[in-house]
Amino acid sequence: MAATISGDGSVVFDRVQKSYDGEVLVVKDLNLKIDKGEFVTMLGPSGSGKSTCLMMLAGFETATHGDILLGGRPINNIPPHKRGIGMVFQNYALFPHMTVGENLSFPLEVRKMGKDEREAKVKRALDMVQMGDFIDRRPAQLSGGQQQRIALARALVFDAELVLMDEPLGALDKQLREHMQYEIKHIHENLGITVVYVTHDQSEALTMSDRVAVFDDGIIQQLSTPEALYERPENAFVAQFIGENNTLSGVVQAIKGDAATIKLDDGTVTEALAVKCGDVGNRTTLSIRPERVTVGGNKTKNSTDAKVLELIYLGDHIRCRMNVHGNEDFIVKVPNSAGHTHLQAGETTTVSWGKEDCRALDA
Amino acid sequence: MTDATTDTNGMALAADGTPLKKRLGQALFRSKMRALGLATPLLLLIFFCFLVPIIIFLIRGVHNDTFEVHMPAVSVELAQWDTTSEPTEAMYAALAADLVLAKETKTIGKVASRVNRELSGTRSLFTKSARKAKKLEAPYKDALIGVSKKWADIEVWKALKVSAKSWTPAYLASAVDLKYNADGSFERKSEERRIHLQLFVRTLEISVIVTVMGLLLGYPVAFLLSTLPARTSNLLLILVLLPFWTSLLVRTTAWIAMLQSQGVLNDLFVIFGLATDEDRFSLIYNKTGTLIAMTHILLPFMILPLYSVMKTIPPTYVRAAKSMGATDWTAFWRVYFPQSIPGIGAGGILVFILAISFYITPALVGGEDGTMISNFIDFHMRKSLNWSLAAAMGGVLLTIVLFLYYIYDKVVGIDNMKLG
Repeated sequence: MAATISGDGSVVFDRVQKSYDGEVLVVKDLNLKIDKGEFVTMLGPSGSGKSTCLMMLAGFETATHGDILLGGRPINNIPPHKRGIGMVFQNYALFPHMTVGENLSFPLEVRKMGKDEREAKVKRALDMVQMGDFIDRRPAQLSGGQQQRIALARALVFDAELVLMDEPLGALDKQLREHMQYEIKHIHENLGITVVYVTHDQSEALTMSDRVAVFDDGIIQQLSTPEALYERPENAFVAQFIGENNTLSGVVQAIKGDAATIKLDDGTVTEALAVKCGDVGNRTTLSIRPERVTVGGNKTKNSTDAKVLELIYLGDHIRCRMNVHGNEDFIVKVPNSAGHTHLQAGETTTVSWGKEDCRALDA
Repeated sequence: MTDATTDTNGMALAADGTPLKKRLGQALFRSKMRALGLATPLLLLIFFCFLVPIIIFLIRGVHNDTFEVHMPAVSVELAQWDTTSEPTEAMYAALAADLVLAKETKTIGKVASRVNRELSGTRSLFTKSARKAKKLEAPYKDALIGVSKKWADIEVWKALKVSAKSWTPAYLASAVDLKYNADGSFERKSEERRIHLQLFVRTLEISVIVTVMGLLLGYPVAFLLSTLPARTSNLLLILVLLPFWTSLLVRTTAWIAMLQSQGVLNDLFVIFGLATDEDRFSLIYNKTGTLIAMTHILLPFMILPLYSVMKTIPPTYVRAAKSMGATDWTAFWRVYFPQSIPGIGAGGILVFILAISFYITPALVGGEDGTMISNFIDFHMRKSLNWSLAAAMGGVLLTIVLFLYYIYDKVVGIDNMKLG
């Protein structure tokens, strides 16, 4: 296959910028290195520049500045059809006038592949997504989930080393979406291909990826493994965007190593892990995950009184909205374990958290 | 959800025991009646102002009772005549009686022109004979031949027999250059009188060329319209629609100013040395003129259906094709073009059907070899007043269109047509 240049499937964005109108940068200085065989997700709210990055990689948009390298070669001047990148589109983009088999055969035909080889590859790709029986159907006769599988098979059928996926599961219902997440993950592991995945669904990103790049305002806010992203967010945006998060705001009073002393807005002083709070006198946002807060128990340095405002029964846990340090939307998750604390709305109790679970981030 | 209870025959029953179908019918009756009531004025209008006139006029193409009504006696005699034997005394007597009658009721002119269409040169025969008919006495055969020797000619009597038939295929035959004989046979008309078939062929040829040209010119424009951002494409769309706000007559005469031998285009050709001043191109008052003007006038009818279909084709299809390794051309030809076929079908059939009955433009710019069948129908309607032939030609044209429509349905499928 002379046409493909995707090489080993590694991708490098080197100081890439993109502007549509010459006034606003949609992507500001993007540096990203994706290794061969990696599953990297670009996660972010709409308008954060993640889709633009994917389109630049696919060749449908040109970078205003900077280089994109594919398998070590710059591809800025290579048209999309010579990049050899497989792509799954948001609405599948299955050709409605062709059968499933013809859809899959299309990329092989344009590569001038022989009929026998084509048929073998189409069959293999369809079997991979368990859709072997649907080869003669038209896309309109398939359900959303089935169309999604065909779109996936079509992106894989010509043995691309790099596959891009632009919110491929966005149109599916929740249950099917979760099922497909595992399936895509397994296919990725079995084939050893590089996958760049774009989504705005954070749980999807956490479930599937080796690394997640959180986009906001045209820059990558944090690039790390799902675990690090959740446990150790580096700024307030990431903490807020990934998972549930309680925030308290205050001013830095003192910093000693990685420990920061913060004076909260209601006047109380507390200790936190200094992550990105700046120098003494700066305003800061403290981030505490709801499941890291304990209710009741002994008073420690980071304990405080909390008034229970609302209880929501969720089966496996009870969601408890409290007033903590003046924040009325402070959420605590109380596990529904044997002998857990039974709270009543209106009562006052004690909540506490470990110093390392309270991260002082930018305001 | 529970199933409705059923009676012994398995019919679903409503809660009060009546069949569910009946109940449903009653429930929907009012809304159906209201919908029908709203549509009634339009249906009546279409029926009385569109369908009925068309049917009446089409019947004219096969039915003309001028002769039978005004010459009743001889019509009866002619019906029994075998067209080969000598006309009998009874036939001459009936003719003489009818001539007197026609003269009195002043309908002899109508009768004369009716027969004259079958055999030219008989008009004066009728008017002359009718003037003298009152004074004729038996034996009428000799008396009439005394008035004019033509009455002895069997061809005249054959023409009478054809005219006397009220339900006749004569006009339809004439519309396709055949002659209907008195004995019921058909033969091709003499060479110099065959004009209609040639005209039908030319009409079809012009319509096909206009449709193809419209497609070639309109497709890129529609594509551009569908891909540009909304503001620019709306502006362009107004330019496409602009001709609709201008009179057809103005657009056609504008082409005369453009194309005539001293016109803008020819002047430009001379300036750029593409033609000499003495030998300018003849671009108008011929087929070229008709083709150019009709293509221009019908272009919006091609662009609009194409545009509305192309607008529904998401750009991701072409992107997907390219991401799979297809070149620009392959992506267009294998992926985009097949999806635009419904628009081509709709635009093509719209332009073709409008073109096949085009009238004003060919009349103004068509000259000798650029006129179409509709101009001939008009000629028979207004000049020669041969409405039956006009109706027959219209009927043939309608049949051709319906046949082509049928072929189109078989080949492309009418479901494949989309107007947006």
